[in-house]
Amino acid sequence: MTKSAYDRVMAARSSNKISIHDLVAGLTDDFIELHGDRAYGDDPAVYAGIGTIDGLPVTITSIQKGFDTDSNIERHFGSAEPDGYRKALRLMKQAEKFNRPIINLINTPGAYPGVDAEYHGQGYMIAQSIMQGLNLSVPYISIIVGEGGSGGALALAVGDCVWAMENSVYSILSPEGYATILWKDSSRAAEAAEQMGLTPEDLIENGIIDKIIPEVCDTETINSLKNELLKKINELKKLPKDELLDNRHKRYRKFN
Amino acid sequence: MTQNNSEEQDLQTLMDKIPDNLWVKCPFCKASFYRKKLGKYYECPECSFGFRIGHEKRISLICDEFTPINADLKTSSRFDDEKYLSKLDKSRKITGLNEGVQTGIGKIGQQSFGIAVMDWRFIMGSLGTATGEKLTRLFEKCTDENLPVVVFSASGGARMQEGIHSLMQMAKVSQAVADHSKKGLLYISVLTDPTTGGVTASFAMEGDINISEPHTLIGFAGRRVIEKTIQQRPPKDFQRAETLLKNGFLDAIVKRSEMKSTLAKLLAWN
Ligand SMILES: [Zn+2]
Repeated sequence: MTKSAYDRVMAARSSNKISIHDLVAGLTDDFIELHGDRAYGDDPAVYAGIGTIDGLPVTITSIQKGFDTDSNIERHFGSAEPDGYRKALRLMKQAEKFNRPIINLINTPGAYPGVDAEYHGQGYMIAQSIMQGLNLSVPYISIIVGEGGSGGALALAVGDCVWAMENSVYSILSPEGYATILWKDSSRAAEAAEQMGLTPEDLIENGIIDKIIPEVCDTETINSLKNELLKKINELKKLPKDELLDNRHKRYRKFN
Repeated sequence: MTQNNSEEQDLQTLMDKIPDNLWVKCPFCKASFYRKKLGKYYECPECSFGFRIGHEKRISLICDEFTPINADLKTSSRFDDEKYLSKLDKSRKITGLNEGVQTGIGKIGQQSFGIAVMDWRFIMGSLGTATGEKLTRLFEKCTDENLPVVVFSASGGARMQEGIHSLMQMAKVSQAVADHSKKGLLYISVLTDPTTGGVTASFAMEGDINISEPHTLIGFAGRRVIEKTIQQRPPKDFQRAETLLKNGFLDAIVKRSEMKSTLAKLLAWN
């Protein structure tokens, strides 16, 4: 039986989904987490640092949910604040400086809707992550691991390619939010999900993503993702920088 | 996000019909006064809040000359939901535009510049694919022709009816802004009431200079979403221009009656 779009939403949100932490640990030989935005704070929802994949140094930035109630509260259930985006952008620019590829792992229902987040420039930081991210002259690959919620996900998904795990969704807002706005009834989320075109299959058809990755759940699937990443990074690394940026430009210019 | 906009659109249509000798109420300070006291600039005589205005009015207050571009551009026919089509239809009738933003080349005195004005009456100024395309083409044209750009934003955010395609406009327009900037050209972003969601989280916050009008609502997340998340009422003015200025996210707040002369100076000095 084929899964409904809402089943996919549920699977993307499932607590059985591999954590970003485990994914990073599985992909890298070694990894050092780096903290702080150098302006205001250190958002625990954004997990970032430098590691090696088969000896190749890469910068990884990610948005992660928690593994229990305490960590979920600390990480706002995977919703980043402006200082999180500032940290991610800082480390992506550092990656550019040292010519390291960037891998972004995304599992967020959206940027955090809070008063302090507004005060600290949530809109501004997402805008800057997008505008500056588009111009980073190193290979930049994003993976939607679970939920890819709106501008908060896009902020880390403006590179050379965007991949999505089998059980993931990427959308303009949650199906509950969509149903609330359209029909003033959040209980019609399943119906909304069907309309929204948020599954990886819909997204690939519309050119929003470039590849669907088999759900990562064990050593075999993680190794296969690692190999795919290395293959793509090596391909992108061969391109002269202007060609890399030119191809990326075309990728985003075509959205009509 | 775009909500309850039909109500507000109807309200505006009604307001346009109010004779000069009737009372209007400032949506910000709640002062009541004769409509004619709004004057040419549609400013509250008490608090200087700029009442919402459409693209024609805005352009007439800023430009000595204006030539529209890409006026025929419409959203793709693959968006064929009937409710959406009827909203588009209604918005087109109210605004006289095919899409939610008017773009073109304006002049103040001898100074030419690209100008875009988002029209809040068009599905709450939401960012659809054709809105994004018109903005992108404006930046591209001005990059080619070495012209500065001024964008007046007014938006409820992404256009939900176009889903993820709307989200991609944030990247597409940002890319055009970056290309324009790389050529050393000036972009002034004017955030007008209301500028929220995906527009705040992209080109509205990417200007070399970001300015606004008194008491303008500017934010990323909607007040109700925040209330629901934090289970508290945010302070009354937490998303007003004055708060953003204080927190460092705006260069200046300029009264509508002084906007044209301010822009003229900034354009001349860059
Ligand atoms: Zn007032």
